[in-house]
Amino acid sequence: MIEFRLHRGSGVSTYMQLVQQVRHALRVGTLRPGDQLPTAKEVVATLAINPNTVLKAYRELEHAGLVHTRPGLGTFVARELPAPPLRELHSLGRRLRQWLDAAYAAGLEDEDVDALIATARQELASEDIA
Amino acid sequence: MSSALSAAGLSRRYGKTWALHECSLEVPAGSVTALVGPNGAGKTTLLEIAVGILEPTEGEIRLLGTPMRGQTPSLLSRIGFVAQDAPLYRNFTVLDMLQVGRHLNPRWDDALARDRLRRLRIPRNRVCGQLSGGQQAQVALTLAVAKRPELLILDEPVARLDPLARREFLESLMEIVADGGLTVLLSSHLISDLERVSDQLILLSEGTVLLAGSTEDLLAEHAVLSGPRHNVEAVAARCQLIDARATGTHATVVVRRLEGPVDPRLTVDAVDLEELVLAYLRRRPAPLNAAEPVLVGGVS
Repeated sequence: MIEFRLHRGSGVSTYMQLVQQVRHALRVGTLRPGDQLPTAKEVVATLAINPNTVLKAYRELEHAGLVHTRPGLGTFVARELPAPPLRELHSLGRRLRQWLDAAYAAGLEDEDVDALIATARQELASEDIA
Repeated sequence: MSSALSAAGLSRRYGKTWALHECSLEVPAGSVTALVGPNGAGKTTLLEIAVGILEPTEGEIRLLGTPMRGQTPSLLSRIGFVAQDAPLYRNFTVLDMLQVGRHLNPRWDDALARDRLRRLRIPRNRVCGQLSGGQQAQVALTLAVAKRPELLILDEPVARLDPLARREFLESLMEIVADGGLTVLLSSHLISDLERVSDQLILLSEGTVLLAGSTEDLLAEHAVLSGPRHNVEAVAARCQLIDARATGTHATVVVRRLEGPVDPRLTVDAVDLEELVLAYLRRRPAPLNAAEPVLVGGVS
């Protein structure tokens, strides 16, 4: 069974931290199809968080098709989370390194790079909404 | 969503001082609502009006869909209240306290109370005055919960507890909430105590409501911007400015409803609840207008 932990001050909302920890456990295989997630009551008894936060995280995972809830029984892992295809990963990594080389050569520092990535991500997200 | 508690224009005056002034607020049914604000903000006054200890000077309050005026006894049996400092009779044993609860409350659930005390390993035959602070808080909570309330109101429930007892108290409170059917309204002058447990926030200051709403929405609507002062000012002019601090050429602002792309020279961070509350408490009393000079020195 997965045990949740919370990182305070990470800037990531509590429910998103729960979602990410389940996704991570699926990716590395510590959670497998059929495994049960702790009940909201069990989670709040160890983390002192609002039960609605847990339910919201589980709803989000259910919406993504990763878990399903059997009323009265609990929430269970529905499927594995496929890792990104290896070949894609290699080529993306290579292109990112080239881009980083160019950024450093232009005199950017790590914080500038982080800011650029965050901005680009924001712009993409707002284009998706629009 | 229906409201477990709603107040409209609620005011309470002591002599010439308004402890509460025209407060309108909602506590959604099923929520855990945090009532926060500095000492003297009017939190206890509001809670005491809600449980019928105080009468409002003006305004209306509805509990569980029913106007409170004239309905007090039947309504109050559906509300649990734990006053500040977990008031228990010091010379009564824990079991004596349960007996008091049984006699005073028509819907008393003795099995629930005993089960809770057993699981918390609280000695039932000890007098309350000899229990630790954490145990006293748990006994007071048990008494309030065994009433089977639909709305549970707690005034500064963890203020006097050490960090471990505080954590244990909030864990057991959240377990009760997880069972469903309960709305919780709890106050604290320390937002960090309630950040994890609450899903609704009401910020009270000097008797008025400064900010209220779903915690998640409020956090999502606000952001902290920092960077070169003129860049910060340019962005701040496009949204609602809550709090601004500038030192020389650098500025940090808390804004609401930030939209559109942001200058990459600025750092945009999410706010946590504590920063958000502080930003509103520091805010100048008159609503800030983004068009007026916002930072020392003004917008060029």
